Amino acid sequence: MKYLHLLFAALFRKKTRTVLTLLSVTAAFALFGLLDTVRVAFSAPETVSGIDRLIVASRFSIIQPLPYAQLARIGSVPGVKGVTYANWFGGIYQDPKNFFANIAVEPRSYLELYPELVMPAGEREAFLKTRTGAIVGASLAERFGWKVGDKIPLKATIFPHPDGSNLWTFDLVGIYRAGEEALRGIEQQLLFRYDYFDEGRLFGQGTVGWYIVKVSDPDRAEQVAQAIDRLFANSADETKTQGERDFQRSFAKQIGDIGLIVTAIMGAVFFTLLLLTGNTMAQSIRERIPELAVLKTIGFSNPTVLALVLSESVLLLTLGGLCGLVLARLSLPVIRTASGGQLDVAMRPETWLLGLGLMSLIGVAVGLPPAWRAMRLRIVDALAGR
Amino acid sequence: METATTPPLVAVQGVSKVYVRGTQRLEVLHHVDLDIPRGDFLALMGPSGSGKTTLLNMIAGLDVPTEGSITVAGTRIDRLSSGELARWRAAHVGFVFQFYNLLPALSALKNVELPLLLTRLSAARRRRSASAALELVGLKDRTAHKPGELSGGQQQRVAIARAIVSDPTLLVCDEPTGDLDRQSAEDVLTLLQRLNREYGKTMIMVTHDPKAAEFAQRTLHLDKGTLVEQTA
Repeated sequence: MKYLHLLFAALFRKKTRTVLTLLSVTAAFALFGLLDTVRVAFSAPETVSGIDRLIVASRFSIIQPLPYAQLARIGSVPGVKGVTYANWFGGIYQDPKNFFANIAVEPRSYLELYPELVMPAGEREAFLKTRTGAIVGASLAERFGWKVGDKIPLKATIFPHPDGSNLWTFDLVGIYRAGEEALRGIEQQLLFRYDYFDEGRLFGQGTVGWYIVKVSDPDRAEQVAQAIDRLFANSADETKTQGERDFQRSFAKQIGDIGLIVTAIMGAVFFTLLLLTGNTMAQSIRERIPELAVLKTIGFSNPTVLALVLSESVLLLTLGGLCGLVLARLSLPVIRTASGGQLDVAMRPETWLLGLGLMSLIGVAVGLPPAWRAMRLRIVDALAGR
Repeated sequence: METATTPPLVAVQGVSKVYVRGTQRLEVLHHVDLDIPRGDFLALMGPSGSGKTTLLNMIAGLDVPTEGSITVAGTRIDRLSSGELARWRAAHVGFVFQFYNLLPALSALKNVELPLLLTRLSAARRRRSASAALELVGLKDRTAHKPGELSGGQQQRVAIARAIVSDPTLLVCDEPTGDLDRQSAEDVLTLLQRLNREYGKTMIMVTHDPKAAEFAQRTLHLDKGTLVEQTA
């Protein structure tokens, strides 16, 4: 600790250079904080314990449909309080950039299982009665300026009509709100009736994308999930029952191995950071050779000089890195709000720990060459400017 | 000064220094014998390349002789390892350089405190000692100033304060007035003389300047690596 002022003095000897380097480190670790938060969220172990709503999808792939006939059998499993089903539609509204989830659902049972979809009773009734009816979340309606009574055309990307046309038109009969602020993400979807979808599609009749199961006792969710999967074991349509969050993760994982993508991006970022801070440290030490020689002259030992330079490097990385992680932490709620709650992830302790580990590791890596040089400095030569 | 019967503080015996650069062999010092009693103020003079800084560096434990022995306060420093030499320098030697060599990012007080970081003194004791050293060199009101905010003479006085703050056995000064104007040089030399006379500090000063050498108790001349003359 008694050398701390020496470290800060050395670090801020060239303020502009140090601030610019700190900003680079901050930016790199802010990116790391955000990406690793996503990675951790996607690699968290799957569990259904304590969950009252389960998703039953194909064991082989979430894009593999399941037969409608499974509905009754799932409903008969002890501990199952209610079952509904849904199918991903993947329609496009006007432009592919206008992405939002649009899902065919069985309206009555779906609304029963999702009480957080809050809407006026009249609009709810209209949805139950209108075959071409659709309901959208308030955020989505606001985004496109939709109001009840509008017709919403979607271009199918997966399910054309039997005549080959891709245009599906829905009557907007209701706008729902999320029951809780934390669930604002569900306001970014369009739900329409499964019977209209199933009759109007070219192929796949009698199949569903996934089932949603309400369990009577969340503490027994694990057993219920196992019982359902056992029911269809060794059949042509084996199932995988998981929690909703895990199911959403599986959905997102369709774009690729999130962990690998994050690791690749961070690898490139940290490699650049390594070169940048390495160059800064090397330049800084080169300029301070006479000062280091003076320290050695007055009695600082070789290991002490080595430790001082290494500590300076680690301090630089730690200061910038912590600023970056704090920045990432602070921007998570902003991102969550901006995404309408769809990106609802929290920075976990393992991200902080990994971040601190990387700061130390990169600090040592970039500090070691100049520290070694400083340690091996011959006082007489350095003082003579050789 | 000590009597003839007491051993000298510094005993240089048969010291040679040879530098090898590629195939070239350069003998900078040739069998130098020198005794420096405790409380002495010795000026080392000689032309450039005569070996005076090399001799000073070896007496201060910054370099080791190729041949011969150097004993300071009973310790054969030519036999010490690099780590032992560092510890020995911290405890026994104060350095004053031609270009002050202060750390520009630190205040005068923090610069003076530097050698004390290697001791077990508390932060408060270190600060008190550094303040006292600055007061001794007449810079009590400049403690918070950084080197860039001080004149050359003031910087050299801060360097002297840093050299004496840990109460070293020996003070070595390499051209301490080489970068100063006449008045500042005289102030610095007067200060060094005072430290020698009033506080009994043993000093070795390398200088080109005969006027600077006049402040010392005695002067030795080196030429081509050999002691050639002694002026009382």
